[in-house]
Amino acid sequence: MTTTVEAPPQGKQAPVARRPALQTDRVLAAIGKHSILIALGIMFLAPFAFVTLTALMSSDQALTSQLWPRSWHPENFVEAFQKAPLFRYLVNTLFYSVLGTLFMLLSSIPAAYALARLQWRGRGISLVAVLCVMMLPPQVTVVPVFLLWANADLTGTLWPLIIPMLLGDAFSIFLLRQFLVTIPTEYTDAARVDGCSEWQVMLRVILPMAKPAVAAAAMFQFFYCWNDYYGPLLYTNHERDNWTLSIGLATFRNLHQVEWNLVMAATLLVLLPVLVVFFLAQKAFVQGVTMTGVKG
Amino acid sequence: MFRKSSVAVRSTGWRQFRTAAGFMWPAWLGIAVFFVYPLIATVYFSFHQFDMLTIPKWFGLGNYEYLFVDVRLHAAAYNTLWLVVVMVPVKVLASLGVALLLAKLKRTASFWRAVFYLPALIPPVASTVAFVFLFNPGTGAVNTVLRWVGIEGPLWFNDPNLAKPSLVLLAVWGLGDWMIILLAAVLDVPQERHEAAQLDGANALQRFRHVTLPGISPVLLFTALVGVIQTLQYFTQAAVAGTVASGQATVGQGRTKEFGYPADSTLTYPMWLYDTGFSQFALGYASALAVVLFVFSLLFTVILLRRFRAYAAEGSVQ
Repeated sequence: MTTTVEAPPQGKQAPVARRPALQTDRVLAAIGKHSILIALGIMFLAPFAFVTLTALMSSDQALTSQLWPRSWHPENFVEAFQKAPLFRYLVNTLFYSVLGTLFMLLSSIPAAYALARLQWRGRGISLVAVLCVMMLPPQVTVVPVFLLWANADLTGTLWPLIIPMLLGDAFSIFLLRQFLVTIPTEYTDAARVDGCSEWQVMLRVILPMAKPAVAAAAMFQFFYCWNDYYGPLLYTNHERDNWTLSIGLATFRNLHQVEWNLVMAATLLVLLPVLVVFFLAQKAFVQGVTMTGVKG
Repeated sequence: MFRKSSVAVRSTGWRQFRTAAGFMWPAWLGIAVFFVYPLIATVYFSFHQFDMLTIPKWFGLGNYEYLFVDVRLHAAAYNTLWLVVVMVPVKVLASLGVALLLAKLKRTASFWRAVFYLPALIPPVASTVAFVFLFNPGTGAVNTVLRWVGIEGPLWFNDPNLAKPSLVLLAVWGLGDWMIILLAAVLDVPQERHEAAQLDGANALQRFRHVTLPGISPVLLFTALVGVIQTLQYFTQAAVAGTVASGQATVGQGRTKEFGYPADSTLTYPMWLYDTGFSQFALGYASALAVVLFVFSLLFTVILLRRFRAYAAEGSVQ
């Protein structure tokens, strides 16, 4: 199904444009060319529409198979907050995401700098170690790590997920490193000749040039924390006060016996911030994905 | 004289190392405490029997012997293997298909790219809850639409035979990140090669087969390998889908008894590891499961790291 679309001979302009065509002709031709895309696009966007429509239905109608709300109930979004302590979960999620991201930047930017811009023995093996940590499933090390935090009496809180960010995040180090190696050495050589220390070179020369990569790494980390389910489930399962939105949402329907309209309202509340940030910073995002070939 | 210079080289080497260490020590500490130590400890624990309250007691190969009689483990291993064999190729092919469609666009490219990338951003818990609702057998939007065209839709997430295929649909919906990687690779294939092939009279299919495919194959392989490693960790979507579809409350009360609903068809390997370790607190046995998982993921990681050089050389950075 992949290459069935008729490929116009590769000139810079499509040859059809030569003829002084009617506007409707050209629109129809464009639709024909785009028809597979449009059909697929509708299928990809339809879930958003159905979720939104259900979130605005009355509780009774949400039990039926009707797709269009008979009456509109924006108050569902408020009611969702009353059924479960979503606000509490939101605060916890923000606590995890914001601190996690800040700590990650603090520890991972210097590490990426050393791996990308400094010449030293052991650099190769350090990079391989970072890649291994990035690739191997967290479940492989979960038992001893959990016991560490249990001994520190920090299970039941989100700290076991936040504190390690002070010690570098493998994916972020790799992402930043991939960007930093592309900056030409002339810039840093000039600064070194002027007598800058490596820390000054990093902070004054490299960091301003690496803003898009830092933005991408920060965004990936923030979303990783915001979306994380496994980590909070592992450490806060029995401590409901410390639950995050992802656990709250996963248990929302079953624990609180609520109707689908409220579940969908809560679902929208969880995914909305991600969409807003994405539309504000689409370019940095796409760059980050292509730069590493992996998403965190 | 010769000696002197070699000492000088060594001392600059040492100075360089010290400078680098100033930047790297937090990461080194992190790798040591949260990776190297736990890796060794997991192997050690896997020969022991203990829970949160007892100290490890030597158990020999007992945990590993139990792997062969643990029926739920066999279900979980089968499901994870199924996902690796089915979900990864389906998602790679779907991503490639969308990437090829988008590669031909000019003015509308960024719009369509956003459309297909969007679902990949949605928090997995949110997208899974939404999918279980949309595919719910009685009143869900999918079966409602199918009814319009006269088809009585299946039970989807509530049918042991269809729960995993439903998860594949969810994965295809979230193909955005792989699609973007493959799109970048497709666009990287030099236009001259297409033109040369066209002069030789190659049709679209032949050009795909002999120009595009060889050009993107390193990236394609890289994506598939990353996909396999990610699928070995597949946890969230399966756990949430089973929980929500079952309609039972499961977390917050100890046992994760609805994991795998329906009929263990969505129980994955990491879920069983989580359940044995942190619901049943059979920590020695969970460590043995972790060692087995480590062996398999290491295998793919080694292949991946070998391919990594080829991939990096292929110019993934603009």
